[in-house]
Amino acid sequence: MVQGYVQIAIFFAVVLAVVKPLGIYMAKVFRGERVFLTPVLGPVERGAYKVLRVRPEEEGQDWKQYAKSLIVFSLLFWVLLYLILRTQGLDPWNPRGFHSAPWDVTFNTVSSFVTNTNWQYYGGEVTLSYFAQMAGLAVQNFVSAAVGIAVLVALIRGLAARSGRSLGNFWQDVVRILLYVLVPIAVVGALVLASQGVIENLSGYTVIHTLSGGTQVLGQGPVASQEAIKLLGTNGGGFFNVNSAFPFENPSGFTNVVEMFLILIIPASLTYTYGRMIGSQRQGWAIFAAMAVLLIAGTVVAYVAEQHGTPAQHLAGLHTHAMDGSTGGNMEGKEQRFGIASSALFTAVTTATSTGAVNNAFESLTGIGGAVPFSNLGFSEVIFGGVGSGLYSMLLYAILAVFIGGLMVGRTPEYLGKKIGAREIKLVALGVLVTPLTVLLSAGLAAAAPAGTRSLYAGFTPQGFSETLYAYLSQANNNGSAWAGYTGFLQPHGPGNVGAYGISFTDLLGGLVLIAGRFLPILFVLAVAGALAGKKVSPAGLGTMRTDNPTFVFLLLGIVVLVGALTFFPAILLGPVVQGLSTRLF
Amino acid sequence: MTPEKRQHTREEPRSLFDPAIVRPALLESLRKLDPRVQVRNPVMFVVEIGAAITTVAWLIQLFGGESLGGGHQPAWFTFTVTVWLWLTVVFANLAEALAEGRGRAQAASLRAMRTEATAKMLDGTEKSAAELVRGDVVVVCAGEGIPGDGTVIEGIASVDESAITGESAPVIREAGGDRSAVTGGTRVLSDRIVVEITQEPGGSFLDRMISLVEGASRRKTPNEIALGILLSALTLVFIVVVVSLRPFALFAGTELSETTLIALLVALIPTTIGALLSAIGIAGMDRLVRRNVLALSGRAVEASGDCDVLLLDKTGTITLGNREATEFIPMPGVSEAELAEAAQMSSLADETPEGRSIVVLAKERFGIREHDFDGTEPTFVPFSAETRMSGVDYNGTQLRKGAGDAIAGWIAGEGGHAPPELRAELDRIGREGGTPLAVARDEHVLGVVYLKDVVKEGMKARFDQLRAMGIRTIMVTGDNKLTAAKIAAEAGVDDFLAEATPERKLELIKEQQADGRLIAMTGDGTNDAPALAQADVGVAMNTGTQAAREAGNMVDLDSNPTKLIEIVEVGKQLLITRGALTTFSIANDVAKYFAILPAMFAATYATAGEKGPLDALNVMHLGTPESAILSAIIFNALIIPLLIPLSLKGVRYRAIGATALLRRNILIYGLGGLIVPFVGIKAIDLVVHNLLGA
Repeated sequence: MVQGYVQIAIFFAVVLAVVKPLGIYMAKVFRGERVFLTPVLGPVERGAYKVLRVRPEEEGQDWKQYAKSLIVFSLLFWVLLYLILRTQGLDPWNPRGFHSAPWDVTFNTVSSFVTNTNWQYYGGEVTLSYFAQMAGLAVQNFVSAAVGIAVLVALIRGLAARSGRSLGNFWQDVVRILLYVLVPIAVVGALVLASQGVIENLSGYTVIHTLSGGTQVLGQGPVASQEAIKLLGTNGGGFFNVNSAFPFENPSGFTNVVEMFLILIIPASLTYTYGRMIGSQRQGWAIFAAMAVLLIAGTVVAYVAEQHGTPAQHLAGLHTHAMDGSTGGNMEGKEQRFGIASSALFTAVTTATSTGAVNNAFESLTGIGGAVPFSNLGFSEVIFGGVGSGLYSMLLYAILAVFIGGLMVGRTPEYLGKKIGAREIKLVALGVLVTPLTVLLSAGLAAAAPAGTRSLYAGFTPQGFSETLYAYLSQANNNGSAWAGYTGFLQPHGPGNVGAYGISFTDLLGGLVLIAGRFLPILFVLAVAGALAGKKVSPAGLGTMRTDNPTFVFLLLGIVVLVGALTFFPAILLGPVVQGLSTRLF
Repeated sequence: MTPEKRQHTREEPRSLFDPAIVRPALLESLRKLDPRVQVRNPVMFVVEIGAAITTVAWLIQLFGGESLGGGHQPAWFTFTVTVWLWLTVVFANLAEALAEGRGRAQAASLRAMRTEATAKMLDGTEKSAAELVRGDVVVVCAGEGIPGDGTVIEGIASVDESAITGESAPVIREAGGDRSAVTGGTRVLSDRIVVEITQEPGGSFLDRMISLVEGASRRKTPNEIALGILLSALTLVFIVVVVSLRPFALFAGTELSETTLIALLVALIPTTIGALLSAIGIAGMDRLVRRNVLALSGRAVEASGDCDVLLLDKTGTITLGNREATEFIPMPGVSEAELAEAAQMSSLADETPEGRSIVVLAKERFGIREHDFDGTEPTFVPFSAETRMSGVDYNGTQLRKGAGDAIAGWIAGEGGHAPPELRAELDRIGREGGTPLAVARDEHVLGVVYLKDVVKEGMKARFDQLRAMGIRTIMVTGDNKLTAAKIAAEAGVDDFLAEATPERKLELIKEQQADGRLIAMTGDGTNDAPALAQADVGVAMNTGTQAAREAGNMVDLDSNPTKLIEIVEVGKQLLITRGALTTFSIANDVAKYFAILPAMFAATYATAGEKGPLDALNVMHLGTPESAILSAIIFNALIIPLLIPLSLKGVRYRAIGATALLRRNILIYGLGGLIVPFVGIKAIDLVVHNLLGA
């Protein structure tokens, strides 16, 4: 196990090393300053403003205008993606001649990619053309990530503002985030991945003859270009059905580390950007610390649990220790080339960050190991979380912690010198709670409705309940990983995917949950930013509760864990906990 | 009621369980079950609705029905849960009723002061005191009560204000100046004054005070509203948690009765803080009144806890108010005793505190008491603004004392000249922040008397205390910068405003507010009124003018400027108590989950004859599912009355810095809130299960 811990520690050290330089770089981008790419990309940026007809220097937007632009932008891309996916039969680069997926599944898929979720009821290589993947999904991977970061930037501006109502200009933010942050890093990431064996082509599918004498059809495609942004933008939607467990997406232990690195760098570095933009690096590190503690805790729990093995293994008298040539532990659903440590780490990283890419099968995790993805989702994706969305959600929690803590030191609560009043706490409470409420209501509905239980794979068992709960946890939190089995799409493998049909109830409920889980919190966050922007800043004194020291980090952790635990404890009890506690039945 | 008795009630609050307060409170807590009252408190309203539903569920079972929602629970269980749910609401009402009752007891003693007096109008007619309106002019003679709040516009009188201040020594009220305000219900002891009424009927000081302590005019404060929103949001979450639990449970083949679900809901929603929230607010006001401070709004009390800067007048607040002679500095060739004697003689007729202090110092130092003025009749020369000197003439000798340059000028006129040492001493004393008074006999300067501002004892410690609370103190004085700096350093204030005028004071407040700071100040004079109104917390002295009292948002009946420290503490206590109980309330939920959920799902996925896998979570080893749920709900109800004393007294505030305070309160109320219910629920289960057999 020592070797595994060393792997994990080295990985975190590498991520930590990037936080400061990338954080500073992004702060410059968000402030509209010159960066080293400006000579190259400046003309493109100015061209984009011309096309969009914005004059960013003059057009600051208040929160309502910012929100309006964001909604219009997202809605346009929603419609565009829906059209692309529904007209797939006309697309070029469609070697298998796939027909479009039905409307209900497409509704779910489109909502999923526009909300930076990438929840997939379909399998990529058996449903979509190369064109749909490139022009439809990969584009969404960029723009939905940019939207998340833009909302964060607006919130930071609201927190840092000394007066006025402007939160910046949405169009400028999105253009600069795409041009200077997402595209360049994704290009470099794609090249690195391609150099390590991730495929990038437009060839037809290949048929191979396996060692055991059977034949297998292997999908091909422009994978590397989509893979990098899938991870960098915390999207997570695999080109192939089994996502990053598939060798064409994630061929080696090294690419596995690169992929996890791509997932974490932007969410982690944004905490530094945050500190820089509000003028106090310590504030940024405090948030980083709270996130890091939870991520490391989740990783260690998953690693220990998976290495320990399953009750069935112990019952059968199998030993589960690592020994020569064997990793030991619970290898069900894991790839030999990654082993236990890298699978556990990937599991924790991808669920903490709302990415949802997977390199192992969650439904094969042990009871306790499986509790890690559940908990990470239950904590509302604030452990680094999605690009932008993780930090803006965490900042809502910080304001909540400030409110309760501030009362306990006997002052009207204030965050960064801004007093938190009734309006702010109302918006923050709604912003924090809307996602958990969506999860509970939708999962309750899906568990009760006969139409919902049609989607089950494991039936009325704890496993079946886990599938249901996880499906809505994942969709509402815009994660996208799955407790596989639960489906809204049935594909009988007809040629060209003919005869496939969706389970409308599951697809539509999921699609609505995806949209609610993304855009309602965004609206509340922008409203909070607007409410805080015009507030006076009171200077900190001895009597002011500090938000940049270990005591606050502890309080913040407590609030995040308590809110998550109190909301989901009963539900998680009936899924993974029952599975973890029972050795005989399941 | 006599003043002594009032003092008594203020300083030693009645016992919490004084039957005179508890008995009506019990009745009141039943009356408050009215849904129209409950709906104002969403958390407790949810409990009441829950109680109503379980009551129906019990009635159905009583007439032979099945337990509502399934689950085959016995009727006694439904009945017992119902009783404890109703008790939860009653306990919450009791907390509020007790707080109100304590306030009402205060109000009753105030109301006894309000006399049905008739007012004598200036034009000779009479009018009932209750009908007086703003602008009426009344005459009050010795032995009569003052019929309403107003300003003395003619005359001077000694007034007994013990009715409102509790202070039995009479005070002087006179026309003009800063001691012109009188309060209705107080009594003139001597002389006759003409008072212009400044209140509208029913809006007197006493009326406001009564309605405030009764809680009748209590409006929710900003923080209370914000916390209320948070509690409502939490309640909403738990409603959804419980509502969604039914389909989840059915998925797992487990039926849950309405009673069980409602019990879980009530255990989870923040009933502890929800029940005590309004009691905390009422008790906070009550605590202020006990300290003889009348706050005109709860908002002001809360703001006082947020203050960053405290403006204090130097004179009378930081210093004793008067300069005192501390040293005689003779000129060359003059003995100190000679100077002291001359200074004393020239001050005998000087009734100012400075003059008296010279007489006293001379007596203390040299035992000089008797003067015969060489057997002649002395002629005292009083101080005039023109000469800026006073003194005495006797037997052809002229003694003069006064400002340095005034004396120098006088000597020059008499044909003498001031020695160079005089200028040196004058400058030195000025530099040190003192006031020099030169003393001359005929054409000779004898020396200088060193007058000093004396800082009150214990001020430094109080300012240190304020600093530890995070509050900076700024001293405001009309003195020049040198003098002000010296005294500021001696008193230990953080900053000072020298050569202050009312305008500069107002400017300073606005400047500080523009930087985002909250300002508290005390004041008494009419010229303080604009600043008092501008400050976030303006505490007017009761001895001050009516204008000042109306401009501020609090009145200190004791007229003690350092009372602000206590006001700040009460403000902070209010918030801390709310925050602490909120934290406690939420932390409690963990234990309640561990009590109720294993009970709910004890049989889920169980193989025949064995307990289900989730029974392993029954870490408290509670007896049966029924006793587990009952124990949680009983704990949830009983914790409310147990915390009433804390919510009425308030969590103690310590000036140890925000971080230390936060850590301490997280430990006590957060971790304590996690652990206490585990112990409490287990203990209750021992009684309910092992003794009563549930």
